[in-house]
Amino acid sequence: MKYFTRLRVRRVYRWLGEPLSFNRKLKTYDYGSLAISVEGLPRTTVIHTGQHILIEGEDEDNPYVAKVVRLFGDESGKQKKAMVQWFVRVSEVPPNKLKLLGRDPHPQEIFYYQSRSCDDEVDAESILRPVQVKHLDGASPFPDPAENDSLYVKLSWDSKTFKVVDAAVVESDLSPASSPPPHSRQSLPPSPPCSPPAAAPAVRGAFRHALPTPDPAVIHRAASGEVRYSRATMSAGKARPVEAESLHSATKYSASKCLSAKRRNASARTPGVRKKLELNTPEKLIPPDDLNQLLDEELEKEVMLAQRLSSSPHQALPLTFSLTPLKKAHRAPTALDTITLKPSTVVLKKMSEMDSPPSSARDDSTRATTPSRLKEPRTLKEPALGVLAEVESESSPMLTDAVTPRSSKRKSAQLVSSRIRKQLNLLDNQQDLNSDGDDTEEFIPSKKELQSSSEEEEEDGEEEAGLDSDEEVVAKRSRHAAAGSRTPHSKQRTRSSTRTPRKTPSKKVPPSTPRTPRTPRTPRLATPSIPSRTLPARQPTNVLEEARTRLHVSSVPESLPCREQEFQDIYSFVESKIIDGTGGCMYISGVPGTGKTATVHEVMRCLERATDMDEIPPFRFIEINGMKMTDPHQSYVQILQKLTGQKATADHAAALLEKRFSNPAPRKETTVLLVDELDLLWTRKQNVMYNLFDWPTRRHARLVVLTIANTMDLPERIMINRVASRLGLTRMSFQPYSFKQLQQIIMSRLNKVKAFEEDALQLVSRKVAALSGDARRCLDICRRATEICEHSAADPSAKGLVGMSHVMEALNEMFSSAYITAIKCASVQEQLFLRALIAEFRRLGLEEATFQQVFVQHQALCRVEGLQPVSVSESLAVCQRLGACRLLLLEPSRLGVLQRVRLNISQDDVLFALKAD
Amino acid sequence: MLAEKSKPQPITADDGVNAGSRHPRLSLVPAKLESRQWAHHGFPQVQKVLRERFCHQQLPEEPEGVEAQHKHLLELLKRTAIHGESNSLLIVGPRGAGKTMLLKCVLRDLLQDKEVQKNLLQVHLNGLLQTDDRIALKEITRQLHLENAVGDKVFGSFAENLAFLLEALKKGDRSSSRPVLFVLDEFDLFAHHKNQTLLYNLFDVSQSAQTPIAVVGVTCRLDVLELLEKRVKSRFSHRQIHLLSSLTVTQYLRLVGTQLSLPDEFPDAKFAQEWNSSIETLCADKSVEEVLQRHFNASKDFRSMHMLLMLCLSRVSVAKPVIQPADLQEASRLCLADAKANMLHGLSILELCLIIAMKHLNDVYEGEPFNLQMVHNEFKKFLQRKSNSMYNFNQPVVRKAFEHLQQLELIRPVEGSSAKTQSEYQLMRLMLDHSQIMEALQKYPQCPTDVKQWAMSAFG
Repeated sequence: MKYFTRLRVRRVYRWLGEPLSFNRKLKTYDYGSLAISVEGLPRTTVIHTGQHILIEGEDEDNPYVAKVVRLFGDESGKQKKAMVQWFVRVSEVPPNKLKLLGRDPHPQEIFYYQSRSCDDEVDAESILRPVQVKHLDGASPFPDPAENDSLYVKLSWDSKTFKVVDAAVVESDLSPASSPPPHSRQSLPPSPPCSPPAAAPAVRGAFRHALPTPDPAVIHRAASGEVRYSRATMSAGKARPVEAESLHSATKYSASKCLSAKRRNASARTPGVRKKLELNTPEKLIPPDDLNQLLDEELEKEVMLAQRLSSSPHQALPLTFSLTPLKKAHRAPTALDTITLKPSTVVLKKMSEMDSPPSSARDDSTRATTPSRLKEPRTLKEPALGVLAEVESESSPMLTDAVTPRSSKRKSAQLVSSRIRKQLNLLDNQQDLNSDGDDTEEFIPSKKELQSSSEEEEEDGEEEAGLDSDEEVVAKRSRHAAAGSRTPHSKQRTRSSTRTPRKTPSKKVPPSTPRTPRTPRTPRLATPSIPSRTLPARQPTNVLEEARTRLHVSSVPESLPCREQEFQDIYSFVESKIIDGTGGCMYISGVPGTGKTATVHEVMRCLERATDMDEIPPFRFIEINGMKMTDPHQSYVQILQKLTGQKATADHAAALLEKRFSNPAPRKETTVLLVDELDLLWTRKQNVMYNLFDWPTRRHARLVVLTIANTMDLPERIMINRVASRLGLTRMSFQPYSFKQLQQIIMSRLNKVKAFEEDALQLVSRKVAALSGDARRCLDICRRATEICEHSAADPSAKGLVGMSHVMEALNEMFSSAYITAIKCASVQEQLFLRALIAEFRRLGLEEATFQQVFVQHQALCRVEGLQPVSVSESLAVCQRLGACRLLLLEPSRLGVLQRVRLNISQDDVLFALKAD
Repeated sequence: MLAEKSKPQPITADDGVNAGSRHPRLSLVPAKLESRQWAHHGFPQVQKVLRERFCHQQLPEEPEGVEAQHKHLLELLKRTAIHGESNSLLIVGPRGAGKTMLLKCVLRDLLQDKEVQKNLLQVHLNGLLQTDDRIALKEITRQLHLENAVGDKVFGSFAENLAFLLEALKKGDRSSSRPVLFVLDEFDLFAHHKNQTLLYNLFDVSQSAQTPIAVVGVTCRLDVLELLEKRVKSRFSHRQIHLLSSLTVTQYLRLVGTQLSLPDEFPDAKFAQEWNSSIETLCADKSVEEVLQRHFNASKDFRSMHMLLMLCLSRVSVAKPVIQPADLQEASRLCLADAKANMLHGLSILELCLIIAMKHLNDVYEGEPFNLQMVHNEFKKFLQRKSNSMYNFNQPVVRKAFEHLQQLELIRPVEGSSAKTQSEYQLMRLMLDHSQIMEALQKYPQCPTDVKQWAMSAFG
């Protein structure tokens, strides 16, 4: 569902200063600081040891937090590494562990990570930017989010418990203000992200919607961070109306100019960097005039309101398109009907809450610039030109709309906000929902409010249903947003003829590039189940029916008897890999019906239970089956989909998985992959198997692959050496069940339901053990025997046990071949033809004859038997009938009398069947 | 112009004669007509009732001779429909043994149950129509009406389609989902699909706690289980219903009688009575018994019997509203006619001579293939030796006749012989048996005696 089509800005990392020391043994140089710059731009960010940083992770909205312990590189200087001390975000702690905290976690709270289970050495190039982390005493309250944007540490987390942590370990060695050398300050501003570091990504998350795990906490923080941010911006923006004005008529300006101006503004207001900025760009901090102060106060109120609002996902507030209505309202507020009012007011709130100040053109960009801003956190600097261009196309059109003096809307805003609050109470949404969807929600109301309220209810239900996976919700909403955002536009246009038509493209561009590829709605709905039955299924009413239900292969037994040893082996193998955080492969073989898949599933159930009990770290279990895909390469698609929910083509999926398994990703949980029917994944180049077995060997993969197939020597038979070698020698083979084991299996399934005689069970299990040792067959025979028993009993109330006779009948039904009966039941001419055939075989001394030869014998036999002689076509028809049942093997019938005939069963069987008459 | 004008005239004249002659004949025998007055009313219905029966458009009230199998299948499907128990089963029997009839009867009886009717979903597939899994999956989706839920999205790629369907089936569970009945006609052909993906997945669903399904395969191949891959086979429940008729001659004769007789609820009771008594006398006839015995010897299946009776029925008309033994004999003759031998009657003398020459070549060279030159030589030898009624035909004429025989597929080129060889040297084989040639010669109109003698002589 997610395609990375966005342009990435290339960052350049280099060491700053001379190496501090040289480690002879490891041949590494230690450095004091690292400079990060974006290609094509002059500014640089400097990272020092001891500083807290954000590190690029799988979840791009939610970069990992860590403290730099050591920076080092190898001799060539190519490899840059950083030793870090990790911190975990609230979202990274398993939800079931969060309750150990005993209180609601603060959204900006992080935990000092003490567990050893993750690698503390990261590639320096994954560092995004510095971040402020503050230590708080256990008792002290969290500072008001509006005043501070940094992350807070109170406790440590060692994957089992929370502990109080010492301030000394946490605090940066250098105070943030002093850490960057003066010249770097210049560079930092463009990372307004710095202040709302997570906020920006969160916004993007909202925008792009398909991120694997939108982190509620982060988004929440983002929202609050934004508020702060917006306040600052607002005042500043107001102060410089000229600039705003110029931005407003953006069409005339070059896009890059606009953007850079905006950037500057934005960064200027970031509280986190304000101090630094003061030094270099004092003009940004022109004291707000009176009006602004007034506005500020108002904003303050609004912020509070907005915060309250933000606790309900539904109240979330609209976006840019509603900016126009604002203006409208200003001109002729009375003319607005309720519908238009809503968006407009809501917008105000939104602005205050989420983005930079509405006062100027900057705000205008709230929406439109989001995408551009999103990029910043990664870039740290001004985005490269390519990005700028893209941003421009998105943002510039918006500028035209947004020139609304916001103070005008005050009243209507209040009005609507009260209404919203009412709704809020009604809806009573869960906290988590609210936080995870915070930003996204801003888009939803647009649709909702423009449409009927019933829609809203429906939406609500849908959301609840789909809550299991956050991303789905987000994705869905985004689409609403996309859809909704367009409608208002058109509305606006009709009303305000002065609006330029350029908005339409602006709206269309973003959806088309990042969104279109993932269309989560269809896949989500694309799995309608079989309709449910109108009448409930009947429950078994008597012993035999009960036994039959229990004996069905599909019923999951309480335990898996007779596979204890195999269970133990697999369990300890997987468990050790999970605990060590390493990867590995295992090959399991055995004939069908010996419980391979069932045992692995049982192991997984037990491991999951152990995870719940905190005995082992959490892991993911996914399963693919070679028979359940149309092509070996589909396995990539299925693995990716099960792992992340993304949908991709086979090649793309392979690339994504490759990246996922080969890149270091700290705190990654182990993945256990079960590959059933491995032999079907064979391709000529064997690249699918190669990859499956190669990934576990990667250092950062943490992948355990369990493979299942029928043949014991599959690795030797079909795999080329490099594949077989990677599969390794961890093998296990499931022996066919012995009769005792089969008996035990049936007994355990029946579980004291007395339906079978002892002897009958023994007969079944001995018979099956002798033939195949297939437990499925055994169960099927028993099931059939209960049916026979049921039918044979004349009186339905007095049904006895399943006895020997019933079992014998069932066995005969299932094992006896029908050939002999078929010959016995064949017509006279068919039997004669078979006799003629055997006679001809004997004459020729071969096991094959042409029809013509057999026909001569056939006619002779007819004469002997005193029957009317058969014609060629009659005899041929007889021959074809026997061929259709596959008693004979024939050549294609177009050969007529020339076709060759062979027997499909032994001559002795035929003679036996014919003699028995 | 003349021809055109003259043509219509005879036709109209003929029509007039026919129309005229029909009425006069009827009026000539008023007494007979009187006695068959009932025929006019009952007759169309007779044709309708019996034809429906013979063309398998109407299911019999009770399946004949397979009551046990009927009960077994009915119980099994009932358990799926009512208890939600998954099952798989094969119906195996020779062609024309009544496999589909049995299944249809069971379904008819099953659907009389209201509870079943509301719940059961049916999917009918045929191995001759769904020739690969991709088509089969689309068909399943269509028959389950799942495609509406997703627009045309599901018909994207094969892989998506499979994943989609499996997901849909997986979502269900025993107690809440509607059971689905999969009927796979010509089951053996599904076993030839790549990897047997469809069968594996259907059987796998039937063996796991997913949507309850019953998979019923219908096939005529006794060795069908050997076609299944072992992992597919293991998932199949190994229930098989064999439909092997163990009819005896007397049962067969009785069956023919019941097949021909009219049901009690026939609207014209008097006619039905007359008809049934006429059928009784027919079945008692010695020659009829002989004919039926011969048919019974050839094959016991219902379809060939219906074919025979259908031919009889079509000889019945308003003027002759009974089946006479002669009708049955004629029908039998038609049924057993040898098409190849009949084709020989239409050949020219030259072509017949060539066939005879080939027969002699076959005798001499013990079935070795021959070519045009050899045949022509053989024919020329015959002409030189004893022919007084035949001309010596030119090579091109002989060649044309030879090609005609090839077109009729009375001879066919030896396989593997390349097309590069000149046509007169291309090796051929005769597709006829000697007995067919001799039989055709006996019946050939105005066959020259010397040709006959040549054919019967032991050597050319």
